[in-house]
Amino acid sequence: MKEPTTDDRTLDANAVAGMLEELFGVDMTVADSKCAACGREGEVGTLLAYTMAPGVVLRCPACSTVMLRMVETPRGMLVEARGLAYVRIAR
Amino acid sequence: MRSYTLGLPSWTPHRPGQHYDLRLTAADGYSVQRSYSIASGPEKEGAIEVTVERVVDGEVSPFLHDVAVVGDRIEVRGPIGGYFVWETTLGGPLLLVAGGSGIVPLMAMIRHRAATASRVPTRLLYSSRAPDDIIYANELRDLAARADGLEVIHTLTRSQPAGWTGYARRIDDAMLADVRRALGDAPLVYICGPTPLVEGAANGLVRIGVPAQRIRTERFGPSGK
Repeated sequence: MKEPTTDDRTLDANAVAGMLEELFGVDMTVADSKCAACGREGEVGTLLAYTMAPGVVLRCPACSTVMLRMVETPRGMLVEARGLAYVRIAR
Repeated sequence: MRSYTLGLPSWTPHRPGQHYDLRLTAADGYSVQRSYSIASGPEKEGAIEVTVERVVDGEVSPFLHDVAVVGDRIEVRGPIGGYFVWETTLGGPLLLVAGGSGIVPLMAMIRHRAATASRVPTRLLYSSRAPDDIIYANELRDLAARADGLEVIHTLTRSQPAGWTGYARRIDDAMLADVRRALGDAPLVYICGPTPLVEGAANGLVRIGVPAQRIRTERFGPSGK
């Protein structure tokens, strides 16, 4: 399992909570999530966020797999979630 | 570093630790957005206080510091984020670890704790470079003087006043162990500050036996200077 590479620009997914809420309509930082690669389960707020790029990348804090990518494109918001086994949104 | 009070026409009480997104839009439609932690407690009705560090080359903070004047209207969205949140109902004991402006969301928790007359045992370990860099220094001293279970422990990493007997180094495992001891084995922990400090403190606490699921972090990214 690859240790995530973090540097001083690494943030918590909490930092992009507003963008996630705009997308999903609810606060996602407390939603449960599971990494499709290593199976780690944890709240979305525990994921590592990388925002110094066009768009936002959320990675698994255990194995560094890209779990969610969100990019604003001319044709709309592109969301790629191959690394995400599931999210469970409490209601 | 400067604090701003934003009056909110449709105020809803936030949970201590949450933030607001502030958005600035230029005449040509270019817009930029940044997240700012709320420093005030939810007991302050109708308004929030945010404390903003002026970031060189920033897009939002220089506007707030250099251009905005009292009475300006600013677009905000919030309160946001239910993960890095503490309310008295979550109990304790509480260990708060702050680096620099990372004190801001923890201040909302401390103010909320005081406003609700909570006696949850709480220790704040606050790392600053120099005495002048300590944000809310007087308020923290006054709150600690109430002797209601809040203790504030400073570490000054770069320069210390004459006669300083407190910590004078970066946060390390020995310091974390000292500060945690009075709170038992599994305090509820909130860490906020520049990313290297947050990761160092979180890993250190796990090394000295604090369960990882009791630790919540908010990385601020690069430190300001």
